[in-house]
Amino acid sequence: MRFPFKTSYRQDLTLFTDGVQRNWYLALLLGLLLLPKIVPAYLVDISLVLIYGLCGLSLMVLAGYTGLVSLGHAAFLGIGAYAHVYFTQDLGLPWIVSVALATALTAASGVLVGLPALRMTGVYLTIATLAFALIIQEVFTRWDGVTHGLKGRPVDKPVIFGISFANEIAFYFLSLAFLIGALWITRNLLRSPTGRAWVAIRDSEIAAQSMGVNLAAYKTLAFSYSAALMGLAGALFAHKIGYLAPDIFSVLLSIQFLLMVVVGGLGSLHGALFGAVFVAFLPVLISQGRDSVPAWIGGAVSILGADASAAVFRLTDRFVKQPGLEPGIFGLILVLFILFEPLGIYGRWVKLKVYFSTFPLYKRATFKRQRAYMRSERLR
Amino acid sequence: MSFFKAEGVGINFGGVKALDGVSFEVETGQVFTIIGPNGAGKTTIFNVISRIYDPSQGRLLFCDEDITQVPAHEIAPRGIARTFQNIELFEHATVLDNLLLGRHAHKRSRFLEELLFLPRVRALEIEHREAAEKVIDFLDLQPYRDRLIANLPYGVRKVVELARALCTQPKLLLLDEPSSGLSVEETEEMAFWIQDIRSLLHITVLMVEHDMSLVSSVSDRVLALNYGRTIAEGTAREVQEHPEVVKAYLGG
Amino acid sequence: MGCIYGLVALGFVLIYKATELVNFAQGDLMMLGAFTCYMFVVWYGIGYWVAFAAAVAVVGLFGAVLDSVVLRRVLGQPQFAVVMLTIGLAAVFRSFASIVWGTEIYTLPTPFSAHTSRVGGVSVSHEYVSIIVGTVVLCAVLYGFFTYTKVGVAMQAVSQNQLAAYYMGIPVKLMCSLIWAISAGVAAIAGVLLAPVSLVDINLGFIGLKAFAAAVLGGFGSIPGALVGGLTIGVIELMSGAYLPPGFKDVAAYLVLLVVLAVRPQGIFGAVGRKKV
Repeated sequence: MRFPFKTSYRQDLTLFTDGVQRNWYLALLLGLLLLPKIVPAYLVDISLVLIYGLCGLSLMVLAGYTGLVSLGHAAFLGIGAYAHVYFTQDLGLPWIVSVALATALTAASGVLVGLPALRMTGVYLTIATLAFALIIQEVFTRWDGVTHGLKGRPVDKPVIFGISFANEIAFYFLSLAFLIGALWITRNLLRSPTGRAWVAIRDSEIAAQSMGVNLAAYKTLAFSYSAALMGLAGALFAHKIGYLAPDIFSVLLSIQFLLMVVVGGLGSLHGALFGAVFVAFLPVLISQGRDSVPAWIGGAVSILGADASAAVFRLTDRFVKQPGLEPGIFGLILVLFILFEPLGIYGRWVKLKVYFSTFPLYKRATFKRQRAYMRSERLR
Repeated sequence: MSFFKAEGVGINFGGVKALDGVSFEVETGQVFTIIGPNGAGKTTIFNVISRIYDPSQGRLLFCDEDITQVPAHEIAPRGIARTFQNIELFEHATVLDNLLLGRHAHKRSRFLEELLFLPRVRALEIEHREAAEKVIDFLDLQPYRDRLIANLPYGVRKVVELARALCTQPKLLLLDEPSSGLSVEETEEMAFWIQDIRSLLHITVLMVEHDMSLVSSVSDRVLALNYGRTIAEGTAREVQEHPEVVKAYLGG
Repeated sequence: MGCIYGLVALGFVLIYKATELVNFAQGDLMMLGAFTCYMFVVWYGIGYWVAFAAAVAVVGLFGAVLDSVVLRRVLGQPQFAVVMLTIGLAAVFRSFASIVWGTEIYTLPTPFSAHTSRVGGVSVSHEYVSIIVGTVVLCAVLYGFFTYTKVGVAMQAVSQNQLAAYYMGIPVKLMCSLIWAISAGVAAIAGVLLAPVSLVDINLGFIGLKAFAAAVLGGFGSIPGALVGGLTIGVIELMSGAYLPPGFKDVAAYLVLLVVLAVRPQGIFGAVGRKKV
C-alpha cells in the first residue's frame, strides 16, 4: 500500500495524489497519443468514446456530484449539435466561435431547465427533465428553418482556422484535446468551493443551506455547466455522425447516458469515462455477439446430440436476431448493475485495487452495504 | 445594541400552534439554554431562527437587524451557525470536506476563477484549510481528518457537526441537543468545549438541551418551554425549581 | 382517453403510496397486460372476460414476483437507484414483448367492439364507455380499500416507516409484494381496456409518460387525484388538438406537467412536505 506523506496543504490541492499516480496518468496520455498508430481500424469508435466521455462527464457532474438526475440530457446534446450546425453552415461563422456560441446557448437552456427545477425534488425533477426532453424533441421536428425537420440535415467536416479536420486522426486528436480540457476544468471545479457546494446539495440540502450555500444559485449553476458540456459534446457529435435528425436525440439516448453514469460508477470522473467506454462499445459487442453466440451455445450443447444442438442453435439464433433486443440488453445490464454493483465499474476497479493492495488480509465485508430500511421523506 | 432578540415568535402547522408568543433575549457572551419536554417546540425555534421555517407571527433581531425574512442561506454569512439534532453531515465526504464546506460562508473566489484554478483560488483554499485545521486542533479531530463520515462512530460525528458549525466563524452558535446520544465522558467533554467556545473563541451559545447536569454546569440563563409557550426564565436553579416546570416534566 | 391516463396514473400513485418509489415501468406493465390478454383471446381462444381476468392475474403475479426478486434488494438505497432500475426494467419488458409477440400491431376483439349507443344526442362507442366505467369502478374500490380496510392501512404504514412497520408486526415483504401485484394488475386492466382503442403494440408504454403528467397533476399521494388528473390531461389534450396548431397535441401533456411541477409540485390533492430536522 502506498501512503502519501503530506508535508503541506498544497499537496491536498494537487490533481494527482503523488508522483506515482501522476506517472501512470502520463503513461495513459502517451498511450492515447500513440493510439492512431496502434489501432487505426478502431479510431472511429474511439472518437465516439471520447465524445460520449464528454457526455458522461456532463451527466456525472449533475447526477453524480449534485444529485440532480436528468432523463433529458439528450435534448441538450441536440441543442448543441443543431446550434453549432446552424452557426457554421447557415450563418458561416468561424468554427471556434460557433462552438463557443453553441456551448453558451446550451448553457442558457440549462438555466431554463434549472429554474423550475429549483422547486422540485428527487423524482419530480427527473420527470420534469423527461418532459423537457420530449418537448425539445418535438421542437426539433417542427422548427424546419433551423433543423430541417424530419428530413434531417447533413453536417460538413470541421474546418478550423482554414485547416480541415476531416481526417479521422485529426478529428480524434481534436476530440481528445476537448475531453482533456473538459476533464481539467471539471476537476478544478470539484476541488474548489463550488464543487463542495454541489456535493453538499446532494447529501443534505438543509445542512448546505445552513452553511450558507445558496441552493437556487448552485443548482442552476450545475444545470448550466452540465448543459454547457453537453453543448460542446453536441458540436463534436454533429461532425462525428455527419447527419442530424430529430429522432437521434431520443429518450433512449438519454437513458444510455444515464446508463453510462450508473454503470461507470456514480460520483467519480473515472466512472464517467469507464461508462462511456462501456456504452460506446456495447452495440459493437452486441452485434458481434449476434453472430457468434448462437454458434457457441449450439456447440456447447452438442454433447446432447446433433439434433438438440441444431435446435438450440436455431432458437438462440432467432432470439438474438430480433431487432428489439438492444434496448432490452441495455435495460438488463442497468438492472444487474444496480442490483449487484451499485458502485459501478469504477467501484469494481477500486475494490480490485484494495484487494490486491491488502492481500492476503482482504476481508469480504469491506464493501458490504449495510441493511437499510426505507423511511418516508414525506411530512404531513 | 441587543445581541439577539426573539419577539413574540409564533408558528402554526396546520391547526397546531408549535410556537406561541415566545420572547427572549440573549446577551453577548452568554450561554443561553432552552429546555422543555419533548414536543415543546425547542427545535422548531431553531428552525425558525435558521429560516428553515417562516414564523407566522413575531420577529427576530440579530445585532439589531431584523432577520425574520432573510433567506436561509444568508443566515450563515451573518454569523449564525447551527448544529442539527439528527446529524446532517455529508455522508459520502471526508471530515475535512465537511469542515471546508463550513467555510463556504466565507467564500471569496469567483466561478470563472475556479474553472481555471487560478493561483488566487489556490491561496484562498489554503486559507480555508488553515481555518479548518484550527478547528480540528480545538476539537481534537486530527485522527479523523481524512475519514469518510459514513465510517465514523456516532460520538465522533456529533463532534464533527460541532466542528463544521465552528468553521463558519459564527458570532452566535445554535446547538441542538449537543449531548444526545453521548456517553457521560463525552458529555463532560462537550461541557468543557462549550465553556471554551464561550471564553476562548468568544462565541455566544444558544442551545437546546435535555441533560440537566450539562445545563446547570454550563448555562448562564435558562428558558423553559412547554407546548410552544414560555413557562419560566432565569438561572438554571431558578428554572429547575419553578413549579410550572416541575409540573411540565413530572405531570400532575 | 382521460380515464386511461387516470388508470395508469392510479398505478403510479399506488406504488408511490406504498413504497415511495416511482415506477417507470408502469406503462410497459400495461403493455404486457394488453399483450397477455390478446394472447389468451386470439392464440388460445379463451372468452373475453375470462381472458381479461386471467391476464390481470398473470400480470399481477408477475408484479409480485418482480417485487420479491428484484425490487426488494434496492429498498433503502437512494431513490435514484430505484428509478434507474425501473427504467431498465421497462426497456427489458419492451424487448421481451417484441421477442415473444413480434413487432406488428394487433387488434383485440372485445364484446364491446362495433357497438354504439346514443347518450344525450352523442353517439358513444361502447369501448369508450367500458373504459370510463372500468376506471371509475376501480378507483372507488381502491380508494375504499386503502382508507377503510386493515390491509390498506397497513400498506400506508409500510410506506411511511418500514422499520416501525416491522416492529408493529406488519408483514412488510408481503405488503410490498401485494402492492406491486395490485399495481401491476391495475396496469393490466388499463392495458386491456385500452387495447381496442389504441391497438396492441409495444409502444403502448409511452402512454405511461403522459400518465405521469396525470399523476403529478392530481398529486402523487392521492388516489382520487390520479383520476382527476387523468381526466384533466385528457380534456386538455383534446382541446389542444382542436384549437392549437398541429404537433401541440402531443406535447400538451408534457407542458402541463412542467407547469404543474414548477408551480404546485404537490398537485391538486397531494401533500408534499419537507424533511423534518
